[in-house]
Amino acid sequence: MSRLLRFHLGLAATGIVLIFALRLIGNDYAWYTGYVILQYVLLSVAWNVLAGYAGYVNFGTAAFFATGAYTTILLTKSLNLDLVLCVLAAGLISGGLGLAVGWLTLRLRGVYFSIATLSLAVVLQTLVVNWSYAGGSSGAYTMRPQGNNLFGNYSEFLFVLMLVLALGAIAAAAWIERSRLGMGLAAIRDDERAAAAAGVPTLRLKLIATAISGAMMGMAGAPLPYYASYLNPEAAFSLTYTINTMAMTLIGGTQSWVGPVIGAVLLSALQQGATVTISSAGNLLIVGGVLILFVMLAPKGILGLVQASRGKGGAA
Amino acid sequence: MSAILEVRGLGKTFGGFTALNDIGLAVAPGERLGLIGPNGSGKSTFVNCIAGDFLNHSGVVLFKDQPLTGMKPHERARLGLTRTFQLPRPFRSLTVLENVAVPLRFSVPPLAMADAEARACACLQLVGLHDKARSYAHSLTQVDLRKLELARALVREPALLIADEVMAGLSHSEVDQILDLLFAQNVRGTAIIMIEHVMRAVTAFSQRLAVFVAGRKIAEGDPRTVLATPEVEAAYLGI
Amino acid sequence: MLDPVLIVNAIVSGLLLGCLYAIASMGLAVSFGMLDVVNIAHPAMMVLASFVIAGLCSQSGLDPLLTALLVAPAFGFLGVGLYRVYHHFFEQSGDEAMQGLAFFFGLMILIEVSLVLIYGADQRWVETSYGGHTLSLGPVDLPLRMLLPAMMSLACIGALFVWLRRSFTGRAVAAVAQDRDALRFLAINPIRIKAVAFGISVALAAIAAGCLIVVQPVDAHSGHVFIGRILAIVILAGLGSLPGTLVAALLFGVIENLAATLWGPAWSPAVAFGLLLAVLTVRPQGIFGGAHT
Repeated sequence: MSRLLRFHLGLAATGIVLIFALRLIGNDYAWYTGYVILQYVLLSVAWNVLAGYAGYVNFGTAAFFATGAYTTILLTKSLNLDLVLCVLAAGLISGGLGLAVGWLTLRLRGVYFSIATLSLAVVLQTLVVNWSYAGGSSGAYTMRPQGNNLFGNYSEFLFVLMLVLALGAIAAAAWIERSRLGMGLAAIRDDERAAAAAGVPTLRLKLIATAISGAMMGMAGAPLPYYASYLNPEAAFSLTYTINTMAMTLIGGTQSWVGPVIGAVLLSALQQGATVTISSAGNLLIVGGVLILFVMLAPKGILGLVQASRGKGGAA
Repeated sequence: MSAILEVRGLGKTFGGFTALNDIGLAVAPGERLGLIGPNGSGKSTFVNCIAGDFLNHSGVVLFKDQPLTGMKPHERARLGLTRTFQLPRPFRSLTVLENVAVPLRFSVPPLAMADAEARACACLQLVGLHDKARSYAHSLTQVDLRKLELARALVREPALLIADEVMAGLSHSEVDQILDLLFAQNVRGTAIIMIEHVMRAVTAFSQRLAVFVAGRKIAEGDPRTVLATPEVEAAYLGI
Repeated sequence: MLDPVLIVNAIVSGLLLGCLYAIASMGLAVSFGMLDVVNIAHPAMMVLASFVIAGLCSQSGLDPLLTALLVAPAFGFLGVGLYRVYHHFFEQSGDEAMQGLAFFFGLMILIEVSLVLIYGADQRWVETSYGGHTLSLGPVDLPLRMLLPAMMSLACIGALFVWLRRSFTGRAVAAVAQDRDALRFLAINPIRIKAVAFGISVALAAIAAGCLIVVQPVDAHSGHVFIGRILAIVILAGLGSLPGTLVAALLFGVIENLAATLWGPAWSPAVAFGLLLAVLTVRPQGIFGGAHT
């Protein structure tokens, strides 16, 4: 138990150090950059719950993410709900979406789940574009409050919110890895039929993983309307989120939560630095190229390379 | 005494091909039944229908007097009906010990990790894999993989084990090792259906023998009598 | 609202559209259905070929359908090479489930982004001499812009069927789809056969591209709306059944066109996805093979 406590204390300490470090820099750009990096940490850890632990590829990151963003837009517009409550609602709705898609397709071979999620973004985007209350194709504005009770600066508040979500996701992922759920998912990933023969309720575990993963992605998208102030379907459903999340996770390594965190921090920090000099299209080109190189030459990612160099690539 | 497994009128078709036709078979608690037949005679389809991997098109399977219709493979495993796969299917990213702990962590009620590992450890001791408990499945030899496959199926002390060609490709002495294992488990109360091409093992092991040819059961009874029937001889000479 | 002439016209143009979907899906039916290579970059390759064809046509003044036939072999060879890479890095090591999917996804992004970087985000199209003409059979309109690509598509699909039935290599492809080991007994290397078949599937993408650019303008992201459509068609057809793929594509074109006529074109992407989900949900597992395989 003390080990678990130490881990959680370590996460909390990391968070507090980050907040104070950025306060020292003290400008909005620092909060923004930190926010984007943490958003990708959250998305990648979430994506890995399904891909790394259960072996199922989700091409619908943008769909779950945008579902979270539009939950905030709708709830703010209709009920003027506080952002923190919107984040929770976004988790519920995106988790439910994951459950629904999973229930429809997870009984089939894994590739059908991937295919279904691939077109999920296209369809949800069509729905939003045709939904004038949500802003339709022209998008929606969200008024950002001047400040927050606890944090003088709203940018700082958004950063801290994303920080809490990201650290929470890491704690959840680390828990899954050690839990019965994690063991069952690992068995499914290695051999689904053998897992069932060993008594593992395969469909139920996959649905739980999809719901958890979807909920995390929705929560990652929920603060986006406040971060961006203006959001249209094209930006919210951008395939950039899907490709970045996949690339970060696969580059970092899927064996544990450490991989996606490394990949997300590295790649999104690079991107944040590079957007000043390179166009966003050029950025995407590099991400796509690096993804292809990694899956071909280092299929276990940075984590795998580190383990191999330490000479304990046991789980090969 | 009522049977642990009772199969009545089991039928299965793939497209237009009849893989199993009106199979009836019963296994008593603690019994050792051999099931033989040429390749393609429907033995594996039979296993898959009983374990719940395939849906049977007709007939009914009763386990402990309870119909299994509509039950998923994992539900059947939890009831105490386990099987091994022809080609070993280990969980490659887990250690040998974890492989064997999986069924315990997913039994009803589930065992805590520490208890599961202790019991898995004891089971590995029985099959002789305890010194490899911490290694990964990919480093195991063929015979050790078979032992792991068996350990995973036996660790929950099932009422019935279907051992699907666990000895194929093993050497003479390795076959003996596996046979000893199965006998030991049988003594502990597990009924075993052995599906096997290694005739020496089947005849040594079985109290009763059933023969499948082209999806039908053509003979059943005392091993020596069954093997002497002309139809069985014809089927085997015909391979 | 339910004017019969309108409905008949919607069905007819749906059939013509279905022919375009058929040629677009046929390549994926070969790669995904027969070879079990889930090439989700297939629509992106089609868009790439459209850009190439548009470029060649604007320089030479050739007809895009004819150009497609000329370009197809080059794309075929590209496909053969691509399959070799895929096989070497993913199929051989058994990593195709995750890494292989990510590979094709990355390829799709690379193609799209490269097109944006080179040509910009604008639409490309080709002016054809017959573009503005329409054949009228009574009240039914047959725009040549739709009719000629449809005929080209059917002709190429017919040729593909004949090749698979009659030629030695074609029959070997059909055999490899059934059982990979069957060929070993005939001393044929299944990898070579699969490479040829994958090449054909990419060549089909190039032919589909020629049809596509006659039917509608194309931009770098046009592939996105096609992914859902052609995957739905291929799966609806029961994976790997080529005649089934043709029928499913025609059906799909009609349904989508009717939906667009009745509710408005903005909804047509949702029709594709709705059908895909319906197919995945309703089709019994048996049609995809074993319960878990």
